[in-house]
Amino acid sequence: MQNQLNNGVVINTNDLVKKYPMGRNELVALKGINLTFRRGEFAGLVGPSGSGKTTLLNIIGSLDTPTSGSATVLGQRIETLSHRMAADLRNRHIGFIFQTFNLLPVYTAFENVEFPLLLLGMSGAERRKAVMAALEWVGLADRAKSRPAQLSGGEGQRVAIARAMVKKPEIVLADEPTANLDAENSHNILHTMEKLNLDFGTTFVFSTHDQKVIEHLRRKIVLVDGQVAADERLQPEPDRGQP
Amino acid sequence: MTVLRLAWRNLMGAGIRTWLNVTVLSMSFVVIIWAQGFLQGMNRQVQDAMIAAEYAGGQYWQKDYDPYDPFTLSDAHAELPPALAELVRAGDATPVLVTQGSIYSGGSMRPVLLKGADPAQHIVALPSEFLAGDSTELPALVGSRMASSAGLKQGDIATIQWRDVHGTFDAREARVAQVMNTSVQSIDVGQVWLPLDRLQMMTDMPGQATVVTLKRGVRPPPAPPGWAFHTTDDLMSDLRALVKAKSTSSSIFYLILLFLAMLAIFDTQILSLFRRRKEMGTLMALGMTRGRVIELFTLEGALHGVLAAAVGAVYGIPFLAFMARHGIQMPKMLDTMGFAIGERLYSTYTPGLLLGTTILVLIVTTIVSFLPTRRIAKLKPTDALRGRWT
Repeated sequence: MQNQLNNGVVINTNDLVKKYPMGRNELVALKGINLTFRRGEFAGLVGPSGSGKTTLLNIIGSLDTPTSGSATVLGQRIETLSHRMAADLRNRHIGFIFQTFNLLPVYTAFENVEFPLLLLGMSGAERRKAVMAALEWVGLADRAKSRPAQLSGGEGQRVAIARAMVKKPEIVLADEPTANLDAENSHNILHTMEKLNLDFGTTFVFSTHDQKVIEHLRRKIVLVDGQVAADERLQPEPDRGQP
Repeated sequence: MTVLRLAWRNLMGAGIRTWLNVTVLSMSFVVIIWAQGFLQGMNRQVQDAMIAAEYAGGQYWQKDYDPYDPFTLSDAHAELPPALAELVRAGDATPVLVTQGSIYSGGSMRPVLLKGADPAQHIVALPSEFLAGDSTELPALVGSRMASSAGLKQGDIATIQWRDVHGTFDAREARVAQVMNTSVQSIDVGQVWLPLDRLQMMTDMPGQATVVTLKRGVRPPPAPPGWAFHTTDDLMSDLRALVKAKSTSSSIFYLILLFLAMLAIFDTQILSLFRRRKEMGTLMALGMTRGRVIELFTLEGALHGVLAAAVGAVYGIPFLAFMARHGIQMPKMLDTMGFAIGERLYSTYTPGLLLGTTILVLIVTTIVSFLPTRRIAKLKPTDALRGRWT
């Protein structure tokens, strides 16, 4: 496991299978997925609805567990983690971006971004500095006091990106991040995420069937019926001077 | 601390919904404290009135005297033993002779207790001075309830009948010297007060008494043979039991009130859980454990109680203080409840009542807030993010 981390591997799945009970039958959402993601990748899981993209993302994000096989994230076997350990992994190392932004409605943009840092027990001064920096990254420092209802769709998603990035996680998992956005906002969002990926070396894994997103990916993994149908390198990974 | 901060933010963020619940809950706080204070005030007023008008510093009873058994009255009298006579002479006690009789007024005969009191006594708050005088007329003192039931008023003449110590019936007329207004029914209903020496003479029981009431603050000497001493506490025990019974029945009122307030909290929590499933999923995705999500939602509910206590204090303290200072006018019909209720009733609030009620409401609010959140323990983050229950 340590070897994988030393090799820059942050996510590794091995014969990953996920089945859901459906009455007397069961639905096999993932059928033996073997994938490896290295630090700093900007990769996308592409495929039609029901192909298993979100299921895979949920397992990598320790929100769900595999039925069989294994998923290793930052050296931790997801299937062996307790609820508390999984929550801790998500809290410290993984950022989530959702299709519907999932901002907490009664909090301001600042408070939404601050939330993960509160869970980390960071001091007030540190939090303020980190939150304002994150809002600067996404160009929303001037909207810090706005509530989600007062933000446009693009702004809302940028706040969600700031929330995912504020703790500088190793991995960001984005589930259809542009599905609710128009072309211009989608472009801005993707540009922001690319920049953060390059600046911080954060691994971004998307689930998407949006062509606009696919154009920005450096690696495209096509899922069909719960299986990897193709795994293509679209652009070379930038050289960060690390193995 | 983090969860508390988040709960506070959520609560404030919920705006009008929070304040509606808080207002309802604060009303429960204030009304429960007021109702309890009202009962405490009633209890204290009744006890004070009974001590002042009847029991003073305690009573010596002739050994056969049982106030609940009128058949004992024919034997319940004796000459004052030297120790009690000395107390009476020193002005530290006053004797009362109690005997059965009947009164004829308004065309009907009704049984009464004839009680002889010393017109010069100042031990109890009985206007016995109206019994003074050496006229040939027999002065009688009755309470307003007795006067009302017998159709008597001041100056009226009624025929009194009694049996003397030998069992001989006798009768004579008495003039109502005064109708006293008293809140203490036990010196009023079914009783006619007469001058002690005249009653002793009428019953051929010279120097005898049934009860000797001790002045307040006087250390009671040991009861002489044939007599038993009853402390004020002993004498009040029946009243306390009655007050307790009434407190229990009236507590149903504030239990209903508390139930309604808790229903509002419970309802809010249930709605909150259904409406905020996706939010729960987000919280878990951001790194909160289910336990902390439960803690957060429970704390949000419990904070309603804390806010309600604060809001209740803002308008409740002036209201409760007003009730304690000015009291409320009691309707006459309450007089029939069995309590010695004054014309105005003043609420009494003890620190125990205020603290106890606050703690009770906070605990119940917390429990009610927690109950619906137990569902979260089984909630999968992936289901929550889709807005479903597991």
